[in-house]
Formats: sequence, C-alpha cells, structure tokens
Amino acid sequence: MERKTKVHAENGKHDLTITREFDLPVDLLFRAHTDPEIFEEWMSHEYGKTKVIKLETRKHGGYLFQTTDANGNVVFQANGVIHEFIPGKKIIRTFEMANSPFEVQLEYLEFEPVSEETSKLRMHVIYRTGELRDEHLKMPFEWGLNMAHDRLQHIVSKLK
Amino acid sequence: MELRRDVFQAIADPTRRAIITLVAVQAMTPTAIAENFDSSRQTISKHIQILTECELLKQEQNGREIYYHFNPEKMKAIADFIEPFREMWDNRFNKLEAIMKKYKPKK
Repeated sequence: MERKTKVHAENGKHDLTITREFDLPVDLLFRAHTDPEIFEEWMSHEYGKTKVIKLETRKHGGYLFQTTDANGNVVFQANGVIHEFIPGKKIIRTFEMANSPFEVQLEYLEFEPVSEETSKLRMHVIYRTGELRDEHLKMPFEWGLNMAHDRLQHIVSKLK
Repeated sequence: MELRRDVFQAIADPTRRAIITLVAVQAMTPTAIAENFDSSRQTISKHIQILTECELLKQEQNGREIYYHFNPEKMKAIADFIEPFREMWDNRFNKLEAIMKKYKPKK
C-alpha cells in the first residue's frame, strides 16, 4: 500500500514535520479538526475511545480531550491553547499530555488545497529540546511493545 | 542513541536515500554509484562517506576496487524507531479520510 503519511525528523533538531495528502477537499479536511464529533471518531481506536471535553475553535480558545479504555479509565489526556485559527488554512496551537514526562509542544497545522477534491496537511511540531522530540517519537514504538505484551498476556491467561 | 541520530541525518537527504536504494539492489563501486547522479563525483563521495559513517553502507575491498554494500540491520534500527510513529499518524489520517468521504454527500 502507498505510504501517504510522511514523517521528517532531522538529526539533533528539536522539531519534526508530518505531511499527508488527502483525497478530500480542503474544507472537509479542516472540518475534521474542528468538529468535536468527527474528531472523536478519528482519534478513537480499538484500545480507547476519545472524548472531546472542550474544543474552542478560535484565537485564544482552548481544547481538552480524553481517551478512556474499555473499563472507562482515562488512559490519555491532552490539552492546549489555540494561538491562531484561520478557517480552511491554519491552526497554531500548543499540545500537552497530562501525567507524562513530556513538556508542552508547539504545533503549526497548515491546510492547503491541491485540487478541488484533494488537499494537503503539514504539521510542524516544535519541542523544547531534541531529546524530548526523540522521546516523543519513540512513544508509539513503546506502546506497540506494551500492546504486544498485553495481547500475549491475554492469550496466555485464556490458556490457563 | 547517538548512532541512531546520525542515521536520521543520513536519510534526511534525498540523494542519500537514492544511493541507499541503488546499493540495496547490488553492491557498487563509488564510480558506478556516481554515474547515476548529475552531481559531481566529490558531492557523491561526501554522501557515501556520511552513509558509511553511520553504518548504512559497508565497505568491502575486492581486488583494487572498493565496493559498497547496504547494511539492512541499520536501516531496521530507523524503521523500528520512527515507523510506529508514522504508522500511528497514518492510521489516524486514513480513518479521518474514510469518515470525511462518507460525510461529503451531506454537505
């Protein structure tokens, strides 16, 4: 399958860029980032359900969302403030994970039409240090290990 | 950790990515590698040097010629590190795309 999402992270730098082209008009791509119900849907996954607690899509607005596991425990919470909000074009926001060693990061989201029916998103994420960026990059890798471990435990416990 | 960072730098450059792709198919001499590019021989040599320093390429003496081999283990180190992060975003964005495609008619 084609690899549509690209991650660019240079040596020793404290930023990274995520780019992706969508088979969607730019206004729909933008709406997916501002409509709480749609955002909840695409941010949820088999291990957790995402709930938007607050999403103020305007300059000086803020947001807060939580992900809960099957038992209703909050396993992930993120919040931030919106510094710039230009519909269909740009969002500048901070992003911070609760109860984590990570510090607040700055995110620039740029939305761009490629054609009438296609669009592009460029997310530029800036961390305080290169070490924090590398730790953040490694997170899904470690989750992957944990999940594999959990699945294994689950299988093994059924065998008993 | 230090080595992995060097690897990040190595693959950040499109010419170096192209060199990796070439050498991955078959071991090549520096001259043979350079023939595939419009850049000067010196520029390509510099790229090869960087790739060798971070162990993405390995040198092997064969008679009078030096051949460069691809080191897949090193490449795997990058994939292990960055791929799950990329995949996480790719999955999210695939979902976003699928949801919004259904949303379209309601507009």
